[in-house]
Amino acid sequence: MGKKLLLEHENVPGIDTYEVYRSKGGYCAAEKALRKMSPDQIVEEVKVSGLRGRGGAGFPTGMKWSFLAKPEGKPRYLVVNADESEPGTFKDRYLMEKIPHILVEGILISSFALGANTSYIYIRGEYKWLVDVMEKAIAEAKNAGWLGKNILGTGYHLEIYVHYGAGAYICGEETALLESLEGKRGNPRIKPPFPAVAGLYGCPTVVNNVESIAAVVPIINMGGAEYAKIGIGKSTGTKLISACGHINKPGVYEIEMNISVEEFINSDEYCGGIRKGHRLKALVPGGSSVPILPYELIYKTAKGETRMMTYESLADGGFATGSMLGSGGFIVYDETACIVRNTWSFARFYHHESCGQCSPCREGTGWMEKVLHRIEHGHGRMHDIDLLVDVAKKIEGNTICPLGDAAAWPVASAIRHFREEFEYHVKYPEKVKNSIYAHEKDYKAVMV
Amino acid sequence: MTNTEIKFSDATMKRVNELISHYPEGKQKSALLPILHLAQNEFGGWLDVPVMDYVASLLNIEPIEVYEVATFYTMYNLKKVGRCMIEFCHTGPCLLRDVEPLIEYTEKKLGIKLGETTPDGKFTIKAVECLGACGYAPMAQIGKHYYEFLTKEKIDKIIEEFGKPDYDPFKKYDI
Repeated sequence: MGKKLLLEHENVPGIDTYEVYRSKGGYCAAEKALRKMSPDQIVEEVKVSGLRGRGGAGFPTGMKWSFLAKPEGKPRYLVVNADESEPGTFKDRYLMEKIPHILVEGILISSFALGANTSYIYIRGEYKWLVDVMEKAIAEAKNAGWLGKNILGTGYHLEIYVHYGAGAYICGEETALLESLEGKRGNPRIKPPFPAVAGLYGCPTVVNNVESIAAVVPIINMGGAEYAKIGIGKSTGTKLISACGHINKPGVYEIEMNISVEEFINSDEYCGGIRKGHRLKALVPGGSSVPILPYELIYKTAKGETRMMTYESLADGGFATGSMLGSGGFIVYDETACIVRNTWSFARFYHHESCGQCSPCREGTGWMEKVLHRIEHGHGRMHDIDLLVDVAKKIEGNTICPLGDAAAWPVASAIRHFREEFEYHVKYPEKVKNSIYAHEKDYKAVMV
Repeated sequence: MTNTEIKFSDATMKRVNELISHYPEGKQKSALLPILHLAQNEFGGWLDVPVMDYVASLLNIEPIEVYEVATFYTMYNLKKVGRCMIEFCHTGPCLLRDVEPLIEYTEKKLGIKLGETTPDGKFTIKAVECLGACGYAPMAQIGKHYYEFLTKEKIDKIIEEFGKPDYDPFKKYDI
């Protein structure tokens, strides 16, 4: 049984309430941080812990904090990114729904460390009921004296507010999120300046994922050095993985980053294996943006080493034979899955979610969607496959924000590893047309 | 709807002022997204131009600042929708779990296509991109809540229950 640091009490009845959370050792880390530690010491502990951003990019959280500018007379902000929208990812929702107070406690410690007196939680608009859950937890924490003025008599004050979006994947990109928080369209900003210098309202701002901020709680409780002992190499601590697709037990699992992909898929403690009578075909280990892996590269790397659930091992082999841990959105495909259809669905997603600011992304995602649509529906041409590769290449690296890359990678990797499936669709259009899912409906009607 | 009819109830107005108070002075525009949700809830489930103008006046911003936001975010409806809106997630992971046959079933049962509203104004069905419930697929958002592990039987029940006059989109029904 792996160690659980975030979800240890996930099954305790009433753990979403302040009393129960407190009775299970909740707010002890906050007490320790505010009474016994200086802000710099907290930042140092987070650096020592090796915690890496849990939203997808994996950038070291402590380092991100240390970039925060501290000019006189300007407020600083901590903004929590709960705009979880990456297909395959539903871990932040689970954490907030089950144990909202761990996020509140994490925000308190982190804001204290950063010298922020206001923090916003940006929740995606579709998670409407979670706004109530978080607002209730914040009110309870405030009643108990953990928020507001002069917390624990330290002279430090903090307010946390919940802000909610209205359906835009792009707002998970930190500068688009800040634009949205300012009441504007979610168009990513050109960097530099980085949010650490000029973020919300032009003030120094740190934007962190929900899980990253929650992980600060165990880091303070156990110490950064102890936290860093869990995991392998630069993949320290535990990670929430949201598993879905053709497995027996879809759900959210907390893993120590020292288990193999094979164990994660097949162990009863986690995914419980591929559904009965079927076999593993492909894996997207970190949300729809990351490259898809074919069967032969899932359990072993190209070098023949065991593939582990770590940032490094999943990326082993680069884009040629590896993928990424990303957000931990773990999508498992068995042999019934059509890779072309899946790729088309992802391309449609990115086309729908492109903000339209940069032409390579705005136009390129649309082209990829259309070309994939025609291949999937039996109207493809053989040169369409290379056309897709070409378009993906022209988007990648040529946009303000990473959405362009995120749109290009799934297409490029699917063709790299499953080219024969694309060719099959082109060669045998009649078979594709007759497949049960290849119904010809005007897919534009969906875009109302 | 004429401009004079558009006014938030006292309870909603209280919430509007509370939302505005969350942001620094002069940054009241930050409250725009949440307030547009309130407006949509209160004024028939969609945002007509006079409603957007009213929100602009409340926040002391130009109407165009509201229009550009309302047209960017997919959760704002810019035309009238049914009293019960069923939004099926149809991105990759839900496809794997067979949401499409379920969508077809619902289309047939209601006699409408995706993006359409039943003539009696009771139901609208839409397909939307990833709702973050991939492990509980197939699923749909209906009103405020998610309905997960959907089946044809559950769709039957939803259409029966949510077509009733006392249907409340903010309530979580046991389906």
